[in-house]
Amino acid sequence: MILTKEQQALLDGEKGETMAKVMKTLVMYGDTFNAERMVPITSTYGHTVISFGIGAMKPVYELYEKLLLDNAVSQQKFSADPRPLDKNVPSSFLQDVVFKFMYNQQKRYEEQLDKLGIMSEDAYTCACYLPEVGNTPKRGDILSWAESSAVVYANSVLGARCNRNSGIIDMMGSVAGFVPEFGFLTDEGRKADWVVEIRTEKMPEAQLLGSAIGMKVLEKVPYIKGLDKWIGKELNDNACAYLKDFGAATASNGSVGLYHIENLTPEAVDYGEKLIGEGASVYVIDDAELDRVKNSYPCIWKDLDAKPKLCFMGCPHMTLQQLKDWTVRVEESLKIAGNKKVQIPTVFTSAPGVIREFKETEYATRLEATGIILSYICPLMYMNNPLSKKMPVITSSNKLRTYTSARFYLDDEILKMITKGVQ
Amino acid sequence: MAKTFKGRIIAPGTAKAKALVSHNGFNTLASYQMALMFKDKQVKCGDQNNNDLYKKPMIDKALCLPETIGSTTGGMILYAACALGKQPACMLFSKPIDSLAASGAILAANWTEAKMPVVDSLGEDFLNFVKDDMTITVDTDGTVTVE
Repeated sequence: MILTKEQQALLDGEKGETMAKVMKTLVMYGDTFNAERMVPITSTYGHTVISFGIGAMKPVYELYEKLLLDNAVSQQKFSADPRPLDKNVPSSFLQDVVFKFMYNQQKRYEEQLDKLGIMSEDAYTCACYLPEVGNTPKRGDILSWAESSAVVYANSVLGARCNRNSGIIDMMGSVAGFVPEFGFLTDEGRKADWVVEIRTEKMPEAQLLGSAIGMKVLEKVPYIKGLDKWIGKELNDNACAYLKDFGAATASNGSVGLYHIENLTPEAVDYGEKLIGEGASVYVIDDAELDRVKNSYPCIWKDLDAKPKLCFMGCPHMTLQQLKDWTVRVEESLKIAGNKKVQIPTVFTSAPGVIREFKETEYATRLEATGIILSYICPLMYMNNPLSKKMPVITSSNKLRTYTSARFYLDDEILKMITKGVQ
Repeated sequence: MAKTFKGRIIAPGTAKAKALVSHNGFNTLASYQMALMFKDKQVKCGDQNNNDLYKKPMIDKALCLPETIGSTTGGMILYAACALGKQPACMLFSKPIDSLAASGAILAANWTEAKMPVVDSLGEDFLNFVKDDMTITVDTDGTVTVE
């Protein structure tokens, strides 16, 4: 890799041994993927996937301690993934004991994030790109992020450029101010390897469609035709919310870091089929294919007929419009069911900034009246508690399904279950 | 009969260990999370979706795999495993390494004392040939001998 004078000086130790090691780490990372140079990060803010102070990860906090000690701090303010704990979310006494043990480094880590440069007390969310959070990169911006759902959204919907980095590497990029140029940072790396043709008779559910595509194309780039028929040709609130959930499913059920939607996402609008690489494979999706994918999901509950004890929605965190829409849907469904409150404890999760704005709307008291709990928590981190793992938890998030024991249902199925109850 | 395979060195070093083979993608977070959290000395694999490895001890094994999959915390987990001395003896990839595993290997090489050579691009034949408990030797030039 060819380094600039400034980068070489950092590698040679001009700013100390720790900074030199940060640079060496990034250079080795770039060399592995044949990067020819480092490019400056151009986004205003960074984002780190590590938001949890988990006891078993002490070496991570020790490494960050070293960075702080040697003044190797982030050159840009950053947001972080959601916090792992929220007292508003139902949990048993024993679960709480385990949570306390599991996340015994949380205070220490949040203090480190303060010193390293977190944007604010409220900057803890996986959906940092939402306008209420304020970390929305511009098209063409170079990022050093790692959260998979945020990376795929930034690349695909915003047209920013970011690789699927790992936690710690994301922070080291922000500390150095450079990232190695390879993969999604190059024009060639943004070309599609797959053409996906949507031929469904009804609007495909975002979480299921994303899962089907992720499982098929794995880490490759899909160019998706026929979806604009269902979600339109404009990146409005509804389309962006759809793509947020769709992308998170592609990234977790496979490892997609970029997709193009014909007539909708910025690069697809500008370049159309020129984005499709030579010899791209074709995947046709109809309603039967989506049914097949849904029916293939394993459920690891001990008792498959167990009555759900908790429902999580909002992985990734919900948008303001989603919170409003779901408030109305829950109210209407409760009315039909003849119930006043949800029959299964249900948690909607969203970014602290979004929750704050939502609370200023008339919908907030209406949602509260349905019994639904609104939280900033990361449902994945709740489910990582071994006692949570044993609970029958349901969700409409395919990411949560993939990484935990939560059981997946479509939106309409979930709505019916939480408002009518399960016998 | 011994067979040799040549790959690309991601993290240098030598190793000799018994093979532990995953034919499907290795989910780093799911595999290590519980073992690290509960200080399992054998570092048994916690990924219930991995039929090849689930509940098998991973420490000091030559971990043979196609690639890693799952959460982008993967590199951080691998780094932490190395820092805590819970790493495999080596990691041997049949495919070109993915960005998360590469991050973990590079972080471990630069920021820990752990010795965990990592070799990638060993080819599909490697993963078809190697079986659990075969003896693996990794040389400094990326040559992997299986017997």
